[in-house]
Amino acid sequence: MEFGDIVLAVAIMLGKSLLLLVALLIFIAYALLADRKIWAAVQLRRGPNVVGPWGLLQSFADLLKFVLKEPVIPAPANKGMFLLAPLLFCVLSLAAWAVIPLNAGWAIADINVGILYIFAISSLGVYGVIMGGWASNSKYPFLGALRSAAQMVSYEVSIGFVIVTVLMCAGTLNLSKIVEAQNSSFGLLGWYWLPLFPMFVVFFISAMAETNRPPFDLPEAESELVAGYMVEYSSTPYLLFMLGEYVAIMTMCSIGTILFLGGWLSPIPFAPFTWVPGVIWFILKASFLFFMMAMAKAMVPRYRYDQLMRLGWKVFLPISLAMVVIVATVLMATGLAPGMR
Amino acid sequence: MTNLLADYLPLVIFIGVSLVIGLALLVAPFIVAYSRPDVEKLSAYECGFNAFDDARMKFDVRFYLVAILFIIFDLEVAFLFPWAITFGGLGWFGFLSMMMFLGVLTVGFVYEWKKGALEWD
Repeated sequence: MEFGDIVLAVAIMLGKSLLLLVALLIFIAYALLADRKIWAAVQLRRGPNVVGPWGLLQSFADLLKFVLKEPVIPAPANKGMFLLAPLLFCVLSLAAWAVIPLNAGWAIADINVGILYIFAISSLGVYGVIMGGWASNSKYPFLGALRSAAQMVSYEVSIGFVIVTVLMCAGTLNLSKIVEAQNSSFGLLGWYWLPLFPMFVVFFISAMAETNRPPFDLPEAESELVAGYMVEYSSTPYLLFMLGEYVAIMTMCSIGTILFLGGWLSPIPFAPFTWVPGVIWFILKASFLFFMMAMAKAMVPRYRYDQLMRLGWKVFLPISLAMVVIVATVLMATGLAPGMR
Repeated sequence: MTNLLADYLPLVIFIGVSLVIGLALLVAPFIVAYSRPDVEKLSAYECGFNAFDDARMKFDVRFYLVAILFIIFDLEVAFLFPWAITFGGLGWFGFLSMMMFLGVLTVGFVYEWKKGALEWD
């Protein structure tokens, strides 16, 4: 390959990455607003409605305010690590989006081990939390970080088993091929949410716990730990934590869409519906999952910590472990396993 | 080699671009925002009194236990990934081997449950 070709290819990749990240961040800005509006609507309030028409510019005003706030670094904190933690957290949650296919062939990097990459990257997010809580050198962030880390790793295990059951049905680690494996003439009845319904429920609840979403927002239980590992943070370091959290939530919604709701596939597999571009279906499905999470946040009371750990280790882990065995047995007995001779 | 590069270079570039965005956000307030620190503002957060002890104190051993259990189960999930995508081709031998492995693991899980390693009260 010529040197010029390489430069051109790298420039195209740069452009694509920048386009996806900007689109993602703008989408997150409105998802955040939607989250607040839904929460308000459930409580019969109006939510943010001052900045721009119907409050549509609220998130951008918030961004401006974060940037103009005084950044406070507490004197006892380890300064380098204190600033590195939110950066790490945010970059890692953004990095997962490199492999997510928004449409057939639309992933930035359509690698063969896509789901393994996402699993690895989302595990690393814990380091940002632990580093932030430890580097703050203050009691509340320290305890908040411990809780948060224990919670995130506990639910990671059941998410891992859920992913394994989907992989057994699809027979590939590539995210685009997992979506293609759900393509059938039955439309939405052929997607994995129906045969693997218990796993879909486990995945949805674990995703909320994994991303510290209410009703599992124990790390930032205001009444006891103030704001958990984020207590000492202000200005954009705080913004990076919040942004990373919302990006992680959207990542979970997209993974749920890819694994269980057929990614970019049309729910009704004939003419007028298949004309709609796949990316629209993808965004609609991910938004639907996000809406469900926002409703859960508005309606469900917060868990207690021992209940949370009980749910993770004593309910979800045995259920998902049993489902791995059941799905494998059924696939072997019926001869439906992919690659079966 | 070229194939590997073509697959994974976009990944590196994407992470690089997100790093630049994150770094820009992180640095921005240090350049544009008004900053006037004082001793009280920079002290560690505490509820109405001065912090009296080092924050890096002893903590509950159960967090440590959760970390160990996580390593066991997460390693096992990592072990299941390659099996899960090829188990159709491996036939009944591969299936039974993995069931045996899961059986041993379940025995360990039952043991730690009975021992009370999963209790939080």
